[in-house]
Amino acid sequence: MILWNSIQVGFKQIWSHKFRSLLTMLGITLGVASLVAMAAIVNGMENGMKEGLIATGGLDKVIINDQSVPVWQEHLAQMAPGKTMQDVYALKNNATLLKRISPEIRASVRYVSRGDNRSRPSEVCGVTEDALFINQHEIAYGRWFTQMDSETAAPVCVIGSQIRDELFGDPNVIGEEIIPLGETIRLGEQLFTIVGMFQHYESEMARTERLAQKAALAKQPKVTRAFTNAVSQGSQSRTWGRPRGKGGGWAFDRKNSTIYIPLKTALIRFRMAENSLKIDDIDIQVKNYEEFEAALQQARNILMITHNRIEDFTFSTQETQSETIEQSIKNTRMSGTLIAIIALIVGGIGVMNIMLASISERIREIGLRKAMGATDAAVFIQIIIESVVLSTLGGLMGVAFSYGLVYIIQNVSTSNAPIIKPDALIFSMIFATIIGLIAGLYPALRAAKLDPIQALRFE
Amino acid sequence: MALVELENVFKIYQVGDEEIRALDDVSLKIESGEFISIIGPSGSGKSTLMHLLGCLDTPTRGKITLDGIEIQNASSVELAAIRNRKIGFVFQSFNLLPKLNVAQNVEVPMIYAGVSAKERKERTMEALKKVDLENRAKHRPMQLSGGQQQRVAIARALINQPRIIFADEPTGNLDTITGDNILNLFRELSHQGSTIVLVTHNPEIAAVTPRRIEIRDGKISFSEDDRLAGTSLNK
Repeated sequence: MILWNSIQVGFKQIWSHKFRSLLTMLGITLGVASLVAMAAIVNGMENGMKEGLIATGGLDKVIINDQSVPVWQEHLAQMAPGKTMQDVYALKNNATLLKRISPEIRASVRYVSRGDNRSRPSEVCGVTEDALFINQHEIAYGRWFTQMDSETAAPVCVIGSQIRDELFGDPNVIGEEIIPLGETIRLGEQLFTIVGMFQHYESEMARTERLAQKAALAKQPKVTRAFTNAVSQGSQSRTWGRPRGKGGGWAFDRKNSTIYIPLKTALIRFRMAENSLKIDDIDIQVKNYEEFEAALQQARNILMITHNRIEDFTFSTQETQSETIEQSIKNTRMSGTLIAIIALIVGGIGVMNIMLASISERIREIGLRKAMGATDAAVFIQIIIESVVLSTLGGLMGVAFSYGLVYIIQNVSTSNAPIIKPDALIFSMIFATIIGLIAGLYPALRAAKLDPIQALRFE
Repeated sequence: MALVELENVFKIYQVGDEEIRALDDVSLKIESGEFISIIGPSGSGKSTLMHLLGCLDTPTRGKITLDGIEIQNASSVELAAIRNRKIGFVFQSFNLLPKLNVAQNVEVPMIYAGVSAKERKERTMEALKKVDLENRAKHRPMQLSGGQQQRVAIARALINQPRIIFADEPTGNLDTITGDNILNLFRELSHQGSTIVLVTHNPEIAAVTPRRIEIRDGKISFSEDDRLAGTSLNK
């Protein structure tokens, strides 16, 4: 009963000093908001990265990377061959535990264009058919390269949906889907014919969002639609950097702006001047995930022969990538939590300050309550509860605030929508309450220790 | 047995090297139902005496019994309980809580006594009726006159049916007529059986009580009881 009454007195006290209480609560509010928003952003990042990992290939995909030769082979560094087609052929012929070997040659093409429209591909890659499977691409329209295309180094390409959107028009904006098969585009300064287009890759969330948008658009009358098109297209060209991705994550955006050309085409049309047969990347896929380690060892042995026993390569598995991602998320979360907790502690100091001011203003009241039979403990509890009520209210405001913050971030950032999880809310509310409890301890102790006679005399 | 009994009570404050005897070997008995005033100039020790009688403080030496309980060795929790159940205070400056309305002010001692909300409400209205303020229950103290505020304070002092009421200069902040009204209220309460101790520096106010005790330099310098008038026992 005393407890309930103390809570009421606490609320009354806060209400009678509205502005002061609001300022005090603001510290806790910002702390809680930053804690919740930080957790939401990290959750979003984590989701995006996990989705990205899945989008770029499964766990059985391994990338062969260059590395500087080990110390004991430094004298042989000049003879290190790097990755060549030799490796690819050797692996194809001998690595029985590998399912696919995908050599890639990257063409240094910054922009692709068609008329006045330009687009920036994430990669223009000369590949073989294995790349389709390893990187989990699906051709929705047209075809893959024929053997003829490969043999003659034909200027043909398969493009991602975002390249189409930027060169020919986004179906969400113009209202109809253009399938640009047979059209000619420029990769750098060279003309290429589109023979195929990948399906549009997107996250589950982006898909529902897009379908909802489509349904809304269909309801609008035709004239308005044309108008909104003009507006949205205009605003798109004016935004800085890349327009907001439509896939719902950087990994999907990247995948959607891929351009593949035949491996030989890349070699002959983009590498001829260098007179080199070096391969930029070799991605491999094991046949059986149970024999993952054995397959890597086998590939390593084969590569050691083609590389003259010089170990200038290393394997990068999705597992190591996912470990790196997890580590970086962990670090972000740690530093974010630390900053938010510091903000909360600063807020707690504010609460303590205001509680001290509040009791020194109510010394007579405390003396009077004691004269009327309030025990030290009752006074202590009353002050503690006021402090807790103050910080809990601040925390609740912080939760509301964090939703606003997340909403803003969602509209500003390009990808990885932040996700507010209930455990972050509960944790930050509990933390805010504990901060209020701790901040109230010293003021409450001081109030409880007041001598009633002195307090009653106090003017 | 007397309601309150002081036996050779000392209250000594140590200020630096100096020893200040606020109360110096005071013995006193107050019977249940008495209406008594304690007079004395400021610094005489009458406030100290009232604090000891009101269980706000404990003596340095000596024995104080209140309603059969020895309080010189009581803990602060026990003292708080005694103050809550057995003692009512009325102050010169009323000491009402400005944020609470009249009824809520009167309720406060019952909250610490653990009285249920329903009973609190009933008893509050009863007490306000006693002081003629039942129609002001929802007002804030600031909206009342000084006399009304003091009547609220008296209602609050009565609310837990205490064995004894201490009034410290209850008319000090009031004009004469209002002050007289308050004193009449005390007299009425006394007739109804309450034990009331009036602390004042004003002999005129003290004159309303049948028994008067004067404190000077920490000692009882003078004691007078109208009920014993004509006998030579006092003085």
